[in-house]
Amino acid sequence: MTDLPGRPSRRGFLKASAAGVAMALLPLSAKAQQAAAPVPLEQYQPVFFTPAEWAFVMAATARLIPSEGDGPGAIETRVPVFIDLQLAGEFGQAADWYMEGPFAPAADPLLGWQTPLTPAEVYRQAIPVFDAWCAQTYNAAFTALDPARQDEALAALEEAAMLAPEIRDFFSILLDNTKEGYFSDPIYGGNHGMQAWVYIGFPGARGAFLEWVERHDVPYPLGPVSISGERA
Amino acid sequence: MARQEPRKDVVIVGLGWTGSILGMELSQEGLDIVALERGADQDTVPEFKYPDMLDELRYGVRLGLVLKPRNQTLTIRRGPDEVALPFRSFGSFLPGNGVGGAGAHWNGLNWRPQPEELKLRSHVRDNWGEQIIPEGMLLGDYPVSYDELEPFFDRFEHVAGISGQAGNLNGQIIPGGNPFEGRRSRDYPMPALPVTYDARKFAEAAAAMGYHPFKAPSGIASTAYVNPYGMQMGPCTFCGFCERYGCFQYSKSAPQTMILDALRRQPNFSYRTGAEVLRVEKAPDGKTATGVTYWDHAAGEEVFQPADLVILAAYQLFNVHLMLLSGIGQPYDPVTGEGVTGKSYAYQMNGSATLFYRDEVFNPFVGHGSNGMSIDDFGMNQIDFGREGFIGGAYWRSGQTNGQPIRSMPLPRDSAEWGAGWKKAVGDWYGHVMSIGSHGSHMAYRGNHLDLDPTYRDRFGRPLMRMTFNWQENDLRMNQFMRARMAEVVAFMKPDLSQLSFKDLGARYDIRPYQTTHNTGGHIMSENPAEGVVNRYSQVWGMHNVFATGAGNFVQNTQYNPTGLVGGLAYHTADAIRRQYLSNPRPLV
Ligand SMILES: Cc1cc2nc3c(=O)[nH]c(=O)nc-3n(C[C@H](O)[C@H](O)[C@H](O)COP(=O)(O)OP(=O)(O)OC[C@H]3O[C@@H](n4cnc5c(N)ncnc54)[C@H](O)[C@@H]3O)c2cc1C
Ligand code: SF4
Repeated sequence: MTDLPGRPSRRGFLKASAAGVAMALLPLSAKAQQAAAPVPLEQYQPVFFTPAEWAFVMAATARLIPSEGDGPGAIETRVPVFIDLQLAGEFGQAADWYMEGPFAPAADPLLGWQTPLTPAEVYRQAIPVFDAWCAQTYNAAFTALDPARQDEALAALEEAAMLAPEIRDFFSILLDNTKEGYFSDPIYGGNHGMQAWVYIGFPGARGAFLEWVERHDVPYPLGPVSISGERA
Repeated sequence: MARQEPRKDVVIVGLGWTGSILGMELSQEGLDIVALERGADQDTVPEFKYPDMLDELRYGVRLGLVLKPRNQTLTIRRGPDEVALPFRSFGSFLPGNGVGGAGAHWNGLNWRPQPEELKLRSHVRDNWGEQIIPEGMLLGDYPVSYDELEPFFDRFEHVAGISGQAGNLNGQIIPGGNPFEGRRSRDYPMPALPVTYDARKFAEAAAAMGYHPFKAPSGIASTAYVNPYGMQMGPCTFCGFCERYGCFQYSKSAPQTMILDALRRQPNFSYRTGAEVLRVEKAPDGKTATGVTYWDHAAGEEVFQPADLVILAAYQLFNVHLMLLSGIGQPYDPVTGEGVTGKSYAYQMNGSATLFYRDEVFNPFVGHGSNGMSIDDFGMNQIDFGREGFIGGAYWRSGQTNGQPIRSMPLPRDSAEWGAGWKKAVGDWYGHVMSIGSHGSHMAYRGNHLDLDPTYRDRFGRPLMRMTFNWQENDLRMNQFMRARMAEVVAFMKPDLSQLSFKDLGARYDIRPYQTTHNTGGHIMSENPAEGVVNRYSQVWGMHNVFATGAGNFVQNTQYNPTGLVGGLAYHTADAIRRQYLSNPRPLV
């Protein structure tokens, strides 16, 4: 059975629904509703991540999009769930990409993805390397650091000096996936309650703005709708 | 031993924009036609339906409608000193796949070239002399003129359903249109669309500075419309999920909306999906093709499809790949300059400005793929190449196409990329930003070319195509010229903050960010077989029953998006086959 491209894998879907994440596609005509309350993040059973990886991703995304200040953070929008499901699915396996050798992982970055590893493998290999670097530098695991130290460590991860060429892009993949989980449609497990869309004023899948084309410099008043018919 | 299908009069390779056009036009001659498309079938319903299509992650980011590199890709290097590496995950350009091709998910920016662009070598020679042509530039004239193609541009615009306003009707300059365009025999089939606030601001500034703004021509319906094949469009709602998406409501000009249902009704036309052409088969004397061999994905076997006439409509990249694999034309050698297949690959040279207005509201999600106001005051026929020191030009446009937040989140350059600062910046700036784009020409050069890769293979065991391509000083100088002019407009518009993004002299090609799917050349048109692969009718020199459509025909790229010229050339080819070739199959030149 092949999975639909870009959708969470079937395995991920079944597991995630079993875990109570509201992901079923409802026809838009169905009564507008909020997402059913999902399983709390602490009780979520990752599909892809090991417990240690999950703890890292929870801690790291909480710094990449923190909860403090205006707007939701990665945790409230359930970005870690999104990343877990993406890595379990076609994206994580590089299912669409050309992955034949020979590989040149140290090539000029302008030449794009050249590591032999899939995105899922990059996470799997990079997290322990970064954790070892944290242990050496701070005498503590990343998850045990205070937020200021975590930010400092992430800035070092961004520089990537501790990473071999095969995993040198780990930070940028993690950051891209974090922002994707923040802003994508909630069917993928992140952007819970469309909070990130509400925060910036993006109306989601409304898709009909003809009368707004020539209403210039006037704020659009309606909140977002999602593909499954949620409204906020 | 390959399975063999019954002979057809015509086999068409690829069912995108040009394959659909050739299918429709030749089917009207009563010919027995089959089109072979490597991808799946896809249509407005169910594949593009609401609301599932409005999914940025699936289509905008993970590229759900685009060719998968696992199934076909190419290798890229910036020069002969570099080892070409596979384009493993697409970025810079996004080839189409499946019925409708890239036409299913393009932006719809539909332009005709300027007359001077089709006779560019003569234009340069007559005005400044050939000595201004830089060393290594392969500057040429197209073997067809604007006036010869005009009826076919017109035909394409009326089939494709283009909204716009003429600027030059039979030589008369019409206020509100593009005064620098070539002569049109009639107006666009639909009036121009209304424009968003960003476009208005830009147009007001441009007009105040003495430029000539006009509404960008769009393959997007502004009204109800019925085209010459009886296909119907309804007005666009500015849904903001246009480029990279199929239109869920029959408003975007696409083969699906404008041709395919009519084509399916033609009893003498059929098509097969999951039918990936591997090579063109040649007769023993090499002077004609006998048909094509394809891989039938459902059956898992090779199939030989004999045909009297072969149309290569597989998109520029795959037409050239098929030619290199089939021995059509002598492969180009950049060292000696001999050979033709793979020669004169060109692209597009673009830049942009981003303007931030803290207290103004743009509603960026209100948009379509070719929304906005343009100017052509820095177009090819307005620039003094001798004085400026480059050959080229650009059209500019301002008009939001989408506000999808994963990809369309311009922030001031000094904003944090993550953390509390990033979150604050997205909250502060989303919806308060506009941009202006410069869409510029790209010349052909001796070194930028296509051949077969010595190392990497596709899933059929064939060599991947190899692209050798880098930016060249001439086009970078053009881009720097545009940067300086655009800085003046930005200053006039008084944003709170602004930034310019134009490649610097010496910039190297970065394959990661999307630029354009405007790949051109490789089987260029020419006056004689020594200089190109096809003649003025896009008929292969020395193999008269093979015609090749698409931007592979371009002698060098123009300053515009290619499809207006691609569509015009496809109708020109169809007309030549119908009126000259069928009654007496032979080399038409
Ligand atoms: C995202 C995007 C935005 C664009 N925006 C614009 C724009 O605004 N303005 C503009 O002018 N142009 C734009 N373009 C370019 C435009 O889509 C192309 O110029 C146009 O579609 C080219 O038509 P074609 O028939 O040559 O190729 P296509 O329409 O791509 O059709 C080629 C078909 O051939 C099939 N094929 C390839 N190889 C084989 C094989 N071996 N066997 C069988 N089938 C095969 C492909 O699957 C495809 O269906 C855009 C393109 C993209 C991807
Ligand atoms: S913006 Fe208009 S033409 Fe484009 S997909 Fe949406 S409705 Fe269709």
